[in-house]
Amino acid sequence: MITNAVTDRFVERAQAKHLIDVAVTTMDSPIGPLLLMATPKGLVRIAFESENRDDVLGEVAEQLSPRILEAPRRLDPVRRELEKYFEGKLKDFDVPLDWSLTGEFARRVLRRTARIPYGSVASYGDVAVGIGTPRAARAVGNALGSNPIPVVVPCHRVVRTGGAIGGYGGGLTRKRFLLDLEAG
Amino acid sequence: MKPTALPPFQLVFDEHAQAVLTFLAGAVGPSEAEDCFQETMLSALRAYPRLQEASNLRGWLFTIARRKAIDAHRARARRPAPVADPDPGSTVDEHSRIDEGLWDHVRGLPLKQRKAVVLRFAGDRSYPEIAQAMSTTQDSARQSVHEGLKKLRRELQ
Repeated sequence: MITNAVTDRFVERAQAKHLIDVAVTTMDSPIGPLLLMATPKGLVRIAFESENRDDVLGEVAEQLSPRILEAPRRLDPVRRELEKYFEGKLKDFDVPLDWSLTGEFARRVLRRTARIPYGSVASYGDVAVGIGTPRAARAVGNALGSNPIPVVVPCHRVVRTGGAIGGYGGGLTRKRFLLDLEAG
Repeated sequence: MKPTALPPFQLVFDEHAQAVLTFLAGAVGPSEAEDCFQETMLSALRAYPRLQEASNLRGWLFTIARRKAIDAHRARARRPAPVADPDPGSTVDEHSRIDEGLWDHVRGLPLKQRKAVVLRFAGDRSYPEIAQAMSTTQDSARQSVHEGLKKLRRELQ
């Protein structure tokens, strides 16, 4: 029988031989189960339950590498930071990020977004100005919508000018939850 | 035409690991099966991104497993034979004892019959699959299983 022990030993040996290009695990959170994926460079993808797990794995297999395995221990640091964040005890994420799944423009947008402080918000226009393309608010919106690392890269902190909440890839309920959490 | 994309290795593992382990338990015996299994899966994972064709991943895994099983047989042949049961009082349950004995006999079969019997009963393969794995015809695969079983029956009576 394939027991957990057999699987664990396989993952451990694969890990020791550097054969796991993308480690995967899931964790529970107040906004539902989160799928976490990391390369040796860092956290590369977070997916909400609203995304189909096999689709997400398939996309990452195609874009990065098919050597994807469940290796929960490699994501322990990410899980710990997220747990503290959801308890309201962590304001700035410290885990290394891997931007391989984002194009050049989106990466600029997301890096700028990562600098919006915990508990505050910015508008799509603010972010557009922040990266030196003041007329690209719509493109900024699209880039945020394709954020591969939501929550940790806080695209939920970007809202409409005038205070409307705007959109969110994970659904507005999750966006509202995160903003409320940070408002304390 | 674009080649079939390789699925994440985790899905390949989930789908086929049990069959590979069962096959190896038959081919090398339950005590060495896990080592062979680990070697098989590590080799597979190492080679996976370079694989050109994703349409028969199960066949590909079984090819690697067969190679590892042959390696294990060779290694065993080089080892000195054990002299005595190290723990005569051990409580191996009756079922696995019978299984052990049976597989010892399977290991004694001529190569073609052994392969065919193991693929059929430990690997749970169909005759077309066995024929493909052994690069032979279905009739010949059927014949090898038949001969193998006949010989086992004689020996076990």
